[in-house]
This record gives sequence, C-alpha cells and structure tokens, in this order.
Amino acid sequence: MGDYAYAAPATVDSTVELLSSSASSGTRTQVLAGGTDVLVQMRSIDRGPRLIVDVKQLAETNVLSIGEDEIYIGAAIPSAILNENAELKSKLPGLIESADLIGSTQIQGRASIGGNLCNSSPAGDTIPALIANSAVCHIVGADGERDVPVEDFVTGVGTNCMADHEFLLGLRVPAPKGNTGDAYLRFIPRTEMDIAVAGAGVRLTLDDSGTCTAARVGIGAVAPTALLVSEAGDALIGTQVDDDALNAAAAACSAAASPISDKRGTVEYRIKVVGVLCKRAGAIARDRAKGS
Amino acid sequence: MAEAVDLKAIGTRPVRPDGVEKVTGRANFGADLNLPGMLHGKILRSPHAHARIKSIDLSGALAVDGVLAAISGEDIPGGGDLGDNVLANEKVLYHGHAVAAVAATSAYIAEQALDQIQVEYEVLNPVLSIDDAIADGATLVNESQHTNGDTSQPASNIAAITKFERGDIDKGFAEAAVVAEGEFRVPTAHQGYIEPHACTATINEEGKATVWCCTQGQFDVRSMTANCLDKQVSDIRVIPSEIGGGFGGKTTIYLEPVAVKLSEISGRPVKMVMSREEVFRATGPTSATLCRVKVGAKSDGTITAATAWLAYEAGAYPGAPVGPGCMSVLAPYELENFKIEGHDVLVNKPKVAAYRAPGAPQSMHAMECAIDDLARKLEMDPIELRLKNAADEGTIAPYGPQFPAIGLRACLEAAKVHPNYTTPPAEGQGRGVAVGFWFNIGMQSSAEIRIAENGAVTIMEGSPDIGGSRASMCLMAAETLGIPYENINAHVGDTEATGYCNTTGGSRTTFATGMAVIEACEDIIAQCKERAALTWDLDVNQVDWEDGQAVPKPGVNADVKPLSLADIARSAGRTGGPLLGRASLNAQGPGASFSVNWTDVEVDRETGKVDVMAFTGVQDAGRAIHPSYVEGQMQGGAVQGLGWALNEEYIYDANGVMENAGFLDYRVPVTSDMPMIDTQIVEVPNPSHPYGVRGVGETPIVAPLAATSNAVRDALGFRINDLPLSPPRVLAAIDENE
Repeated sequence: MGDYAYAAPATVDSTVELLSSSASSGTRTQVLAGGTDVLVQMRSIDRGPRLIVDVKQLAETNVLSIGEDEIYIGAAIPSAILNENAELKSKLPGLIESADLIGSTQIQGRASIGGNLCNSSPAGDTIPALIANSAVCHIVGADGERDVPVEDFVTGVGTNCMADHEFLLGLRVPAPKGNTGDAYLRFIPRTEMDIAVAGAGVRLTLDDSGTCTAARVGIGAVAPTALLVSEAGDALIGTQVDDDALNAAAAACSAAASPISDKRGTVEYRIKVVGVLCKRAGAIARDRAKGS
Repeated sequence: MAEAVDLKAIGTRPVRPDGVEKVTGRANFGADLNLPGMLHGKILRSPHAHARIKSIDLSGALAVDGVLAAISGEDIPGGGDLGDNVLANEKVLYHGHAVAAVAATSAYIAEQALDQIQVEYEVLNPVLSIDDAIADGATLVNESQHTNGDTSQPASNIAAITKFERGDIDKGFAEAAVVAEGEFRVPTAHQGYIEPHACTATINEEGKATVWCCTQGQFDVRSMTANCLDKQVSDIRVIPSEIGGGFGGKTTIYLEPVAVKLSEISGRPVKMVMSREEVFRATGPTSATLCRVKVGAKSDGTITAATAWLAYEAGAYPGAPVGPGCMSVLAPYELENFKIEGHDVLVNKPKVAAYRAPGAPQSMHAMECAIDDLARKLEMDPIELRLKNAADEGTIAPYGPQFPAIGLRACLEAAKVHPNYTTPPAEGQGRGVAVGFWFNIGMQSSAEIRIAENGAVTIMEGSPDIGGSRASMCLMAAETLGIPYENINAHVGDTEATGYCNTTGGSRTTFATGMAVIEACEDIIAQCKERAALTWDLDVNQVDWEDGQAVPKPGVNADVKPLSLADIARSAGRTGGPLLGRASLNAQGPGASFSVNWTDVEVDRETGKVDVMAFTGVQDAGRAIHPSYVEGQMQGGAVQGLGWALNEEYIYDANGVMENAGFLDYRVPVTSDMPMIDTQIVEVPNPSHPYGVRGVGETPIVAPLAATSNAVRDALGFRINDLPLSPPRVLAAIDENE
C-alpha cells in the first residue's frame, strides 16, 4: 500500500470544508465510513496515495430514528447495529436482510448501508432494497443539503451523483404503514461470502381484501446500475399478488434487465434469474404484508 | 506385518504436536520471517498470453530511489523449462508469466519500480484450448516441441502420448450387450491453498545461500534452485516453514531462485510474497481436460471392453498429469480388453503443478460417469455393477503391476450395507455413486531418533507436515518403542539438519517416512538392549524390549530391575554415549488406496443451483494411524472435489487473461455450502508396511466429481457431461431439455 493521509474531522462543516479544499487542490480523496470496500481497494486494486476522510465519527452519520412517517438511517451505522435493532428489523425486514447479506459477521461490525450505496457497485445488495423502499439519500456539501432518490443516486459502475465536496449523511426511508411488507433476494452460486449475480427487492402494500395498492421493485447486478422497475410494481398493483401477477412482475424485471455476460453469469442466465428472484421476493413481501 | 499385535498407540486420536503453535498463531509460515536490512522483491508479469520478448530494459527500475537490484531471464541461467518459467527468456507463454524482478527497500517501491521496466513484445496468437492446440495448423506454443521427442515428425503442441493396451477391443465390444460412452470436459482447478507462496533468501560472500520458504519438499527446492542458478546443491540450505496448505501445488518453485539472485546482487536478504492474484495467474493449477470414454458390458454386468482417449492441458511446458490419468482411469476394474491413450497438450496457460491425485479426478470423472450410465442401461445398482467387476488381489492393473491385497471390494461391500446408502435419497433429490483410486508412492526418506537425558524422544525427519504427519510419526514411534505418545516430539528438519527426503506428495509420508521412523526406533531398541546387556553383564541376546523397557529374556537368570528408556538415557554417558537411532530407505510397495463415495443433491430448476445435501466416503486406509487425520483427509478431499464439481474453474477471456483470479470469483465452497461429510474407514492392511499403512491423502478428491455428476443426472433425468455444474450451465441444460 502506498502512502496515504488520514483525517477525521469533528463536524459536518469541517468535513465539507476539507473535502472542498482537497478537491480544489487536486488531492485524491476518498470518504471512509466502515472502510470495508475502501481498504480492499487500497490494498489490492489501486495502491496509489490518497487522503482518507473518515466520517464514521460524526454524530450526524450515526443517527438512527424510527418515526411515524420516516425512518432515518445514518450513513455510517454498521450493519451489525441495524441487525440487532428488533423494531427496525420488524419494519424493514427486507432492507435489513439485504445489509445482512454483505460480508461476514466480522465485516458487518463496520460495513454500512451508506457505504454500500456510495461504493455504487451494480451488484450492491442494499441498493435494490433501498429502491424498493423508496429511500432517499440525504447529502451534504458546500452548497448545503439536498435529497436525491436512491434510484437517481448511482450514475454508473462505481460512480454517483455526489460532487467532490459532498458526502452522504443518511437515508430517509418512508415508514411502512398498514399491511406493508418488503423482501430482498439475491442469487449467488454459494450460500454466503459472495457477490450477487442478480438481485431483486420488492416492497408492497395490501388493503384489507389482500389487493395490492402500492408496489415497487428494484433489481440489481443486471445493468450498470441498480434499477427501479416501475412496470414490475405496476404488474402487482391491483392484484392479489398471485402467481400470475408475480409472473408478470418477473417478466417485467427480465425485460428491464440489460446485463453483461461475465465470470459471474451469462446474459441469458441473469435475465431469467432476476425474474425468478422478483417472483420469490414478491411472494415473501406479500406474506409479510399479510403478517404471516 | 504387525497386524496381530495388540496396538496401543496406533488408532488413538491424540492432540497433534504442532497444534498449540498453530491455534495460538505462534507458528511461523512462509511470509513470517523478517531479517535486518531485508529488501522486498516483486515480479513484473507478462500482460500477454503469448508473445516474443524483443527487449527488456531494466534501467528505469534501477534508477528508482530505494531499488537495489533488478533482474530478467538471463540472470536465471539454468533449470531448463523450470528456469524459463521462473523468469521468461525468449517468449512469454502465458498471461502472468514472470518477466523481470526488482528488490527494493519496501514492497510499494518495488511495485512502483516495476512500472519503469521497459519490455518490448511481439504479440503472438495464444493457444487457449485443447481443441485449438491439436487442430491442424495450430499456432505452436513451442516451435521446437515434437511429440515424444520424435523430430522426424513436424513440431506439435502434443508434447507426449502415453498408451496402455491389452486384449482385443473390437472383440470385447462385440461381446457387449450394452455400451455407454461420452465426451467429458473438466476445467482447470487450483489447489486453493490459503497461504500464498513466500520465501526469504540471503546469500553470503562465499556464495552460500539460505532460503526460508513454505514448501512440500525442502530438498526439491534446494535442487531446483541450484539448477536454475547453476549452483551446487551444497551451496544452498533450505529451511521449510510451516505450510498453509499445498495439495501438491508447493512441490515446485517460482520465487526462490529470483530471491537468491536479487540477494546476491544487492548484498541484502530479499523477501518475496505472492499476492493471491499472482498465485492464480502464475502458479500451477491442475489440467483442464477433454476425455472420451466408452465401456461395454454383457447383460449380467460383466465389463467386456473399455476405451479412454484423454487430452490434458499441460500449460506452457510439457508435464500434464496425463500419465497418472491413464493409470487411474480403469484401475478399479478387472477387464481383459482395453485401450487407453493420453495426450500431454501445450497451451498458453500457466504450467500445471501437482494437485491431489494429479490427473485421476478428471479421467475417472469421465469413466465413472460412463459406468453409471452403464448401470442405468443394465438396470443394476451402481455398487453391484462395480462389485461385479472390481479389481482385487491378483488383478493385473491396467498400468502393469499385479495388485497385492487391496480394499476396493471391502469398500464396496461396506458401502452397500451402509445406512446412508440403504436409506434412499429424500424426495426430489438425486443420488450419485463413484469409485476413487490412487496408486500412492514410496521413495526415499530418512529419520533420526534422539533420546534426551530424561528419556524424551525427538524424531527428526524431512517430510513437511501438510496433513498431521508429525502426529502420525509420533504414534508409530510410540507403538514401536512402547512408550507414551506424550514423550515424543517430531521435527521437520532443514536440508542441513536431516537426511535426504523426497517431497511430501503422492501420499507417501506416513507410509515411507513412517517406515524410516519405525526402523530408526528399532535401531534405538537394539542399542538400548546392548546398553542394558552391558549394564547387567549379560549377552545382548539375553535381553528383550517390552513395554518401553529392557528386561532379561524369560529364563535368563538375572536379578535386575527393568531399565526404561529414561534409565538407559540417563546413564548413556557410561555405556557408550548418547542414544541416536537412524534409518534411511527407499520405500517399496506403497499400496493403492480405493474409495467409494456417494452424494445426494437437490437442484433448483429455476436457478440451476445444485445443493449437496449429503455425502459419504468409504475408503481403505490400510491402517489408520491417527483416525481423525484419516477422516480429515477424506473430508478435505471430498470438499475439494465437490468444489471442482460445482463451481471451481479458470475463466479466460479471448486473449487468455484469467478473469477470476481471486477467491471471490474462483469459487471454492464455503463451509455453509457443505453438508457434514460422513466417513467410514476400511482397513485392509498394506502387506509392505510394518503396520499396514496405505497413503490416504489423495484418493478422497477423486470420486466426488463423478459422484456429483451422477447425482445431478439422477435428479434431473438427463446427464450434463461437463464440469463445473455451475448454475448457468445447469439452467441452460434444463432449458434445453424442457
């Protein structure tokens, strides 16, 4: 590993100030929350020098609040903390499960949903689950704060909409109301310690008759960025989320996918499997919405 | 044969002597040695799979502050193919082939300096598959390579052809009522040892070098390094560290001559540690293979004829394990008519190295799949079909020798009545059976037994311990000497500290080095009897050795107390000096080990994922010295075989660049992928070993490939010939069949 500088500013303002100044001086800068992606990159992918700006000690990136209308998840909160929060897990089981799929127990002591999102990999497991849950990114920078829907946050493989002087403070997730359930499934060739070949997240709401009144579907690892598949959600709305509806949603996911063939799977394979995952995740979300 | 003797130590399961050091993290592995003033060496690797080197300019690297030495292929003058693999000379032959090396004051500086080396290449077409390599007009990996060295024929990528034939194939197939045949491909697989290759070397002003490294054979590292550098073996001392897995992959060298040369130029110790990516790209995996097999049987199941056409990728230099592939492919069967033909094929990929039963898993995958198809056509139980044709004592093996007592039939009989076999697979699951085999080897070993003043025993031997062999040595010594296991410790000596010993490999260590340890113990016993005779004023013929002590023989009139090893050691100074037993030998009759495996799998028909639900291995160990380590070998080999069957493979792009050079995408199984691997040890003693030992380490990886294929065949109702049975391949096959 090459030489690198490290800073952990004490406040949001001083963090933004440091990011701004280092951007204007042309210093290569990387924001670190848990560091579980950054450290691997520094050690094995690109060992060049850089400035590491650690944001995990800021109070603002560690806020976890479960409100009537909104659940706020600080960007640097480790997955292990989220996993152990029973209330959060009962409200957003699919999202928390998506975070729980990333890394081993040891890694989850540091790995965060915010970091997974900012790493902006097409295969990031939390991103489809966040999209399905209509999550919004709470960003701060030299121009103040702004909110960006997760589906608009990632702009390409490893890139996102944040400027050099900005960083992610947290995620706003609409609190589930009524008969609402979410689920996320990914496909990996093994049982754990792997990276998604395809992933699908579903959140839906049922009325008292079991008819779906709202549904969103996010898919991952089948395009340069995770995608919101509105057609898949629309295929579920107004139905009992039965096999026909789930198959229609699955077909919409397969149609929306534009994967590549690579070492992890072929185009044909990913197109088919992303549909299978949507169907299976949709059934889980439906059962959760029904409270079973 | 000590079979009838009541065994006290052998067959018990004590804690291993090297256990505490390993579980507490104190044990030193290849990368753990640091010396004052040490430099870090790094290697520049080829970005092309096949190219001519037009020029190498090291000056840019040498100009970097902190760089003290830089070398290229011309600095490794000897070693033939091995030397050319260590640092390329005229051509680079695979992506990742070492081209140059630097030593610098830090690893980072060394890496940065590599970017300053200028290499001019003329890029050539890469040869990336067996089909490409053997096609008419194929590009030649090596323009001066002729098949079997026959220069009267044009140059070829087929380095060698091996044949075994007997009887009349046409007659045999004419007698067959049913025939099964197929073409099977198995991908390149890496041993996947956790510890990357690492070494530290230093050389003094007299040209005497010391090398610390992780290896399966310090004496081979010594001779190979000496050859590469045109030095004498006596110029080099090799000190083996603990080893974090080898599985055959650490029976050759990559870094050692480079580190010695960089040390010679810089005058400093040089340490070199491979990254995981380098391990995948540039060390030897085992061969990808193409096998065409055919087997026929009468309606009663008697096999009448079989053929096997095998082609194994050697990588960039000759030496695929196709010979052992040929030896193994029909070894489990007694048959009159067969023809086996093996091809050693050059391709622009890393030079293959040994991997656990090298060559047997691939050829036996093909044949055991065909045998399974044969059983289906005959509507016979797959174990019954194999029992009907099983090789036994007296069978002439397809590769020549007559088998002495072997345990195949005993394994099949044990499997047939095993509750895991008599219970059918769960609803929706498929079951597959296959047989495994490895011939095992003997070769040279030395051992010394030293007795401390308190009677404690130190074994000094030369076999790096990759599977609990020190514990086995201690157990065999305890049994032979008649003393407690706890009083014995075993050490693996460096090349200056112990007698010559062949590499740990071929499942030879517990057999051959064990034999040397037993003989060295017998030497100690003989000496102890002499010392006791001297002490008691008796003739040595009047003294016995019983339960770890010297006693007068029955009927000898002597009023003396027995003398323990400690008694004799304490007074050794007065009876002739320290007690030191020794033995050296070239062990004969290693004794083949057979196995039977079966596995139950479940296939997700929507994703193509194969889950292994149950696995049982039955294997002949001859005599299990430490049963836990025998079971451990059976389980470890099974998991490696299952990983190869399910997901492991080298994936190359069109230019011959490996795309999955890391454990994320080169998918060895994780623990949660695997069921408990159930084991049953069968003991048909090897008549050539004092306690009946057969090597057990390699056989376990052989049968899981075909067992998995056969189980997936059973679950799906159709066969997928090629491995791995990865989800995309299985799903595509399901789609095609629906």
